[in-house]
Amino acid sequence: MKALKKNRKKISKKLKRQKISSAFYIAPSLIGVLFFFILPFLVVIFYSVVDNPISKNFVGLENFVKVIKNEAFRTAVKNTAMFSAVAVPLAVVLSLFLAMVLNSKMPFRSQFRTFFLSPLMVPVASIVLIWQVLFDYNGAVNEFLLSIGADKIDWMKFELSQLVVIILFLWKNLGYNMILFMAALASVPHDMIEVASLEGASSWQIFIHIKLRYMSSTILFVTIMSLISSFKVFREVYLLTGDHPYPSIYLLQHFMNNAFASLDYQRLSAAAILMSLVMIVLIGILFITENHFGKDMEG
Amino acid sequence: MSTETTALTPLERKAKRRVKRKKRIEVFKITIRTLIAAFFAFIFLMPIILTITNSFMSASEISSNYGQVFATTDNGGKVYVSEKVNLKFIPDMVSFSQYSTVLLKSPEYLLKFWNSVILVGPIVFFQLLVASLAAYGFSRYRGRIREIIFFSYIILMLMPYQVTLVPNYLVSNWLKLIDTNWAIWLPGIFSPFAVFLLTKFMRRIPTSVIEAAQIDGAKESQIFRRVCLPLCKGAICSAAILIFIDYWNMVEQPLILLSNAEKHPLSVFLSKINAGEIGLAFAVATIYMVPSLLVFLYGEDYLVEGITYQGGIKG
Repeated sequence: MKALKKNRKKISKKLKRQKISSAFYIAPSLIGVLFFFILPFLVVIFYSVVDNPISKNFVGLENFVKVIKNEAFRTAVKNTAMFSAVAVPLAVVLSLFLAMVLNSKMPFRSQFRTFFLSPLMVPVASIVLIWQVLFDYNGAVNEFLLSIGADKIDWMKFELSQLVVIILFLWKNLGYNMILFMAALASVPHDMIEVASLEGASSWQIFIHIKLRYMSSTILFVTIMSLISSFKVFREVYLLTGDHPYPSIYLLQHFMNNAFASLDYQRLSAAAILMSLVMIVLIGILFITENHFGKDMEG
Repeated sequence: MSTETTALTPLERKAKRRVKRKKRIEVFKITIRTLIAAFFAFIFLMPIILTITNSFMSASEISSNYGQVFATTDNGGKVYVSEKVNLKFIPDMVSFSQYSTVLLKSPEYLLKFWNSVILVGPIVFFQLLVASLAAYGFSRYRGRIREIIFFSYIILMLMPYQVTLVPNYLVSNWLKLIDTNWAIWLPGIFSPFAVFLLTKFMRRIPTSVIEAAQIDGAKESQIFRRVCLPLCKGAICSAAILIFIDYWNMVEQPLILLSNAEKHPLSVFLSKINAGEIGLAFAVATIYMVPSLLVFLYGEDYLVEGITYQGGIKG
């Protein structure tokens, strides 16, 4: 009895030591994150509810109302939302399609994987020149349109300029998503598919009822990751068209950059907080749906 | 042979024909798949190959091919401009003149390339250092508070630049770091991405391995260095590659945190090349691609593994 007690004491002492030493290992990272992200974010929240950083009068939600009423912000939100709403589903569906192609029987599979992944590695800045050559008003795409008798289009300066941006986005991001889907497809239990096909299920039924079901959490993850990278498409737009693009491709990051340039802290803070709220809601949906779907698969 | 086929009953012959037909359909399917893959491969590779081959064209060939495109911003200067845009894969004459100009006569490009190296190198190294320590901490003990911290790391990792750059800017402003490399380095080093990836990996190390080391009398620091890190080599390589791609490609941070254009990395500077030097631009773009392509060639498997580990965020 005594020996057991002693032993238990020893174990709990060991655990305590482990807990303390683990805190030491986490500390450098945690201090950095607190100092560079979390504490200043609290200040951002504070800035968003005062009239300016010097006089610090509480104004409630006035800054938010101002930002929401701002014409440029509305355009930016509308464009970014429209872009994401089209580009993200396309990115998910096309990359799933590519992953299915590469996961079935065919020659040169690993070479194709390498090819599909290569845009991910190439810096956007390096490839922008070619996009310019292709999509300029006097560029190669218009040259082609002329040769088949169609009219020229000013690709970066018309209402559907987002089309070009969507193409650039897909070009860059399909490979990343495809890798995630390939891993998920490989983890679908093989015997399950075999049983289903013996029972006479069509390949379409197998796809819908087995594969998609097993990949539901990956699909959610890919959607969220695509959404996040869709906010980064500013890079392409900026490198192609600079600070002030055509209104149809004026994105949220353009708005933020202009607010930084004029050091309008109230506007910046309110916009950042609105954005983070949207993100938190989206991430929350990811976790809740994954919990919901994940359970019957793991069990 | 002939006796064999005649010996078959009609039913068997039918079965044989069906197998043959199935085989033919299979071959057809494989061909279609390969064609689809080849089509996408062409689209994915074309811009990269064009950039590289065009960098071997002489200045006059470039301006005669693409003069129309870039002439719009060109003011004055007698450049021969063609009527049409010629998208060409293979240069008329392979010339290294662009490279020699970039490497020998225009130091500004090399300077910007060096800026990129200086900005990215320390971030990759120190983020890995800080993150591997933290990941070890997170994997050794899972308490309630630690889980909350880890969860907030994930949320932070998923936040877009539009959100994180504002707090980053505020801190850099207080510390008077705007316009210095520190404004990019410090948030980069403490970015929670690598912590997330490495923690997920380290939590999969069987506890028996670590317990065995403890029984042998290893201290925590020894377990970390001698047991954990060697086991995580692959994951660390994956994280290094993913961090490298992310920062080699950065545009948003330098635009906001470095207002002095002298300090900008090549990624931002490339877009500001003027029309007269468009031939050079292809060579510079290719040079800028080289480090990423090399990393890709040597580390593709690590890259794939790293991406796969990111999937299933809860871990």
